[in-house]
Amino acid sequence: MSKIVDGVLTAVGKSRGGISVNHNKNTAELPVERMPIPERVVLPMSQHIGAPCTPTVKVGDIVDAGQVIGDSDKFVSAPIHATVSGKVVSVGEVYLANGMISTAVTIESDGEMRYSPDIKPPEVNSRADLIKAVRDSGLVGLGGAGFPSHVKLNFPEDKGVDTLIINAAECEPYITVDYRECIEHPQDILNGIYSIQKYFKFKQVIIAAEDNKPAAFKVLDEISRADDNDDNAVKLMTLRSRYPQGAEKMMILSATGRKVPPGKLPADVGCVVMNVGSVAFIGRYLSTGRPLISRSITVDGTAVATPKNVRVPIGTNIQDIIDFCGGYKEEPKKIIFGGPMMGIALSSTNAPICKQNNAILAFKDNKYLFKKERDCIRCGRCVEVCPMGLMPTLIERFAKAKDVDRLNRIGINVCMECGSCAYSCPSGRPLVQYMRLAKQVVREEAKK
Amino acid sequence: MDKRLTVSASPHARSSETTTGIMLDVIISLLPAAVVSVIYFGIRTLAVIATTVISCVLFEFLSRKIMKRSNTLGDLSAIVTGLILSFNLPATIPLWMAVIGSFIAIVIVKQMFGGIGQNFVNPAITARIILMSSFPLAMSTWTQPLVTSTGDPVTTASPLAMLAGITKEKNIAAAMSQAGLPTLKEMIFGLRGGCLGEVCAIALLIGFAYLLIRRVINPIIPLTFIGTVAVFMLIAGKGNLHFVAYEILSGGLLLGAIFMATDYTTSPINNKGKVIFGIGCGLITSVIRVFGTLPEGVSFSIILMNILVPHIERLTTPKPFGSVKEKKEKKGEAV
Repeated sequence: MSKIVDGVLTAVGKSRGGISVNHNKNTAELPVERMPIPERVVLPMSQHIGAPCTPTVKVGDIVDAGQVIGDSDKFVSAPIHATVSGKVVSVGEVYLANGMISTAVTIESDGEMRYSPDIKPPEVNSRADLIKAVRDSGLVGLGGAGFPSHVKLNFPEDKGVDTLIINAAECEPYITVDYRECIEHPQDILNGIYSIQKYFKFKQVIIAAEDNKPAAFKVLDEISRADDNDDNAVKLMTLRSRYPQGAEKMMILSATGRKVPPGKLPADVGCVVMNVGSVAFIGRYLSTGRPLISRSITVDGTAVATPKNVRVPIGTNIQDIIDFCGGYKEEPKKIIFGGPMMGIALSSTNAPICKQNNAILAFKDNKYLFKKERDCIRCGRCVEVCPMGLMPTLIERFAKAKDVDRLNRIGINVCMECGSCAYSCPSGRPLVQYMRLAKQVVREEAKK
Repeated sequence: MDKRLTVSASPHARSSETTTGIMLDVIISLLPAAVVSVIYFGIRTLAVIATTVISCVLFEFLSRKIMKRSNTLGDLSAIVTGLILSFNLPATIPLWMAVIGSFIAIVIVKQMFGGIGQNFVNPAITARIILMSSFPLAMSTWTQPLVTSTGDPVTTASPLAMLAGITKEKNIAAAMSQAGLPTLKEMIFGLRGGCLGEVCAIALLIGFAYLLIRRVINPIIPLTFIGTVAVFMLIAGKGNLHFVAYEILSGGLLLGAIFMATDYTTSPINNKGKVIFGIGCGLITSVIRVFGTLPEGVSFSIILMNILVPHIERLTTPKPFGSVKEKKEKKGEAV
């Protein structure tokens, strides 16, 4: 009997707004290549949302791959592991891609990739064991946000959480690592789901992807028929390809018809959302015990010589990865960490890959990258496309006027900075920047 | 490595739509009516259109220069204003009056309030209203289309003037047949007295269809505006559909509803607001036409609703995602 029941479902809830973007999934059919071990890796202590870790090694220490090198006693945090074997050459501050400064441990590789002898599959006999194991693995949401995964799973048992959503939407253009995960490691995904289901017993587990990825579903469907697990809560769901379908709140609405109220968490409406790559990692970790020390990323964009999907040790220098992809074929004008809609523009490629980064995109100059900024003509496109029901054009005005009262009334804090407004603005206004300014204005007022 | 990388806030992709592109679409949508007007009212019409367009562009350029602001001619909005203003003038208007209209529209209404996107009333309509009250005769001398064989334009009354007061008659059909109105077919093709851009319904509807296909405007305002006038006139005309058709095709209703009430800057952003705006325009237009001393009310209705836009917007601000309606806790309290 099929474990994935009812064939492929279609979305339950209908979201408003959103935009149709060019998918540019150029790397979709390129298998993930493994990059050679780099000479050195830089491992920031802050690769997640929450408390930064404190280094547990010092300069001169010899470390094994998979050994913990940074940890925190705070709950919302995730330990950092050595991603190569070698010698710690420095512990000091580095700039992260987002402009923040973080302590980082730099390890010079000995080229042996010797795994720590302590690595063994974790013993999991209960829900608490599983949560601990996920924490020990160092897993954070691999889809981009970097929220520690064990925190997501750590909701009270009586909270009424009945749905696990596996997010394979990958609605950002260019990025294909989640798609590759489905094609290349479907069994890991299902193993991850089964192990979570064993202790959590969600009423339904929905694997949701946009309708431009039918091949991923075919593979998942086939593999689930072949194995002998009899958990029939797992369902596949296809969603319309419309950015920002993969955003957590959009995902929950599409998959269940539930809306997360402002300031609330998915668990408040009975849902947990995990990225498909994160679930596959849990599947692998439980059988091997190897923590999160490498990840797949998409390297693409109009300036990259040979776009690729590559698996790299975390902490690898971005320039090394670009060089592995043949370097540039044209001078890049903008290099982005993540997708074009929500990614961060880099000022330098001399920065390490962190756990939550899923793409490096390098673009040559083009007319869609930059648009002449003109005055707002109140055309209302930003309002039409806002998935959160906000009025970006008014928010810009209120933010400039520091009108905290009206900003709060309009609900600025539900803005997730998806960029749909700025994308569709014919006057090229930097609306996401104004949304951030508005949030800051509100925050500062709250402090007073 | 010394590469100069651009750092900016996300998103790093932009749609291909631009303000200039939108304005170009509006200009294209106005062309059918412009061409028809030249055919109908003769070559002098071209001089009127050229005068308003050129003077609008010039005033835009000069006022930006004098106010030490950036040059905004590239957004093409001054050309749109010039075209629409000319559409609101009779073909026989002295050209210097047209220049005054351009000055009012661009300098006073638009640039003195900050330029594109900042004016709170529609520039072309304000110019039309001021010209109408300043030069009532020149602004209401209508020529009969396609009748210029003798060299002198033949003046005619506008259908709205003929229809005025007709709702007070007992037998509307009889009163209409005595009023000397053009046939319905002539009304649709625009063979009637009126401003140069407002007469030909077919040309205006072609422009409307183009704007909808290009997704430049939302159909809500034109539909609710015209729909409200239709319903009102159906009641006022005691169910006479012939009368309703004449009311819709007369005056500047189609021009106003399609091209002026939909002006982004001076209409509400939200769909709910657009409905309120359209109905309001329709009601005021109808009330002026039926009960007022003026034959036409489209301009006044739009300008009045323009002024109400901030309040409509406040009423119709959408609730953010997932928020539940707050219960009115104050209900039980003493007033």
